[in-house]
Amino acid sequence: MKQKLDRNTIALRVAREFRDGDVVNLGAGIPTLCSNFLPEGRKVWLHSENGVLGYGPLAQSEEQDPNLINAGTQFITATPGISFFNSADAFNMIRGGHVDITVLGGFQVSEKGDLANWILPGRGSGNVGGAMELVTGAKKVIVAMEHTTRKGEPKLVKQCDYLLTGVGCVDLVVTDLAVVKVTEDGFLLLETAPGYSPEEVQSVTGAPLTVSEKLKEVQI
Amino acid sequence: MTLAKLKGRARSDKVFVTFAEAVADIEDGATVIIGHFGGPGGMPMLLLRALRDHGARDLTIVGNTAGIGVIFGASKDALRIDPGVLVTNGQVSRAIVSYPIAPGAPQPNPLEEGFKSGDIQIEMNPQGILAERIRAGGAGIAAFWSPVGVGTVVSEGKETRTIDGKQYILEHAIKGDFSLIRAHKADKAGNLVYRGNMRHFNVSSATASRVTVAEVDEIVEMGDLYPDKIITPGIYVNRIVCRPRQFRGK
Repeated sequence: MKQKLDRNTIALRVAREFRDGDVVNLGAGIPTLCSNFLPEGRKVWLHSENGVLGYGPLAQSEEQDPNLINAGTQFITATPGISFFNSADAFNMIRGGHVDITVLGGFQVSEKGDLANWILPGRGSGNVGGAMELVTGAKKVIVAMEHTTRKGEPKLVKQCDYLLTGVGCVDLVVTDLAVVKVTEDGFLLLETAPGYSPEEVQSVTGAPLTVSEKLKEVQI
Repeated sequence: MTLAKLKGRARSDKVFVTFAEAVADIEDGATVIIGHFGGPGGMPMLLLRALRDHGARDLTIVGNTAGIGVIFGASKDALRIDPGVLVTNGQVSRAIVSYPIAPGAPQPNPLEEGFKSGDIQIEMNPQGILAERIRAGGAGIAAFWSPVGVGTVVSEGKETRTIDGKQYILEHAIKGDFSLIRAHKADKAGNLVYRGNMRHFNVSSATASRVTVAEVDEIVEMGDLYPDKIITPGIYVNRIVCRPRQFRGK
């Protein structure tokens, strides 16, 4: 049966990349959902630009505290070992190479690993936010997004048309249709959504996909 | 160290009774750094409201947002005030920001309207570079070499240098005339402690202006705050104003 990954399943798949002890920063949108799918048995330190390290799943309504939020201004919960600091320090951690993984949303990812995710044409000034620091400083950059725009245009492309967030920075892309690694030779298709063939994924991808010898379906 | 010996009632010229008097001398054309991140936590809401009522115009505002119009998660009885009240009131001519557009909002917010009409200039910054430019402003650092935004529009028009084989761009410090910040408690010396993760831009913003005004939930005597817990020493803080009871902790 064909099954696209929904937003939660994309987040679930991304969260499997987190290793025990990793410091992970989650961007707005699908990435924040990863906090609800942390792998069991692994301690993952969630980091946020507004100055928190060691938060847990999103808060339920009865435990919401305006001074316990993530950078997407969602209410979060504390876990043992949590610490607070200011944003200048939060970004020292990012630029200084202390963050292992960042998960970001994306408008476009190029086969060279360029990322565009902060401004769409016609939306005035755009929002840079913390993404430029994250792609500069995090050791691994994962993009979680839909495979195509609402109009069906590919978001994995040869070259980004939108203004860039970072150059050659993306390591892995997880979409509703595929898991794609960015390599020196372009996109490498590692996994497909259940029931989807590599050809089907290629038909909605704007740059050539090399199919991995170990290609498999995403385990849901 | 015996804390009891440090205690003492003292008259303090830092304590202001009303928010209005704490912002009364902000002049037209001033640069105002607004400590906040985006949500309700750590937002100097009553100082912003007082500055709106005060009416100073042609302001340059510095902060993560210029008001996103909606304060996420604010409940019905909580305040819903962000820097957008200044923009909506026509007081802002320039905004030095990182995240000015409400995510997912279908309508342009007042800042976007002002940007499109040319009434408001926007200087866009990567978020951590904005925090660091403010920090540098308070630390006597004129400028610094940053690796962030190389190869993007952020680097346009800026000096570049290659250091140890890696490219950097020169980012300049920001100084303000006034910083409006939010903390949890102050003592009468202006020492500040914070709650949860409300420190975000407040800690650096406290350091970078000629006059720093802190909006707090409680003002205590000198010696009532543990020195170990003080995050912002009073040297940076010129004025403290206490929220009325119904808005404390919100």
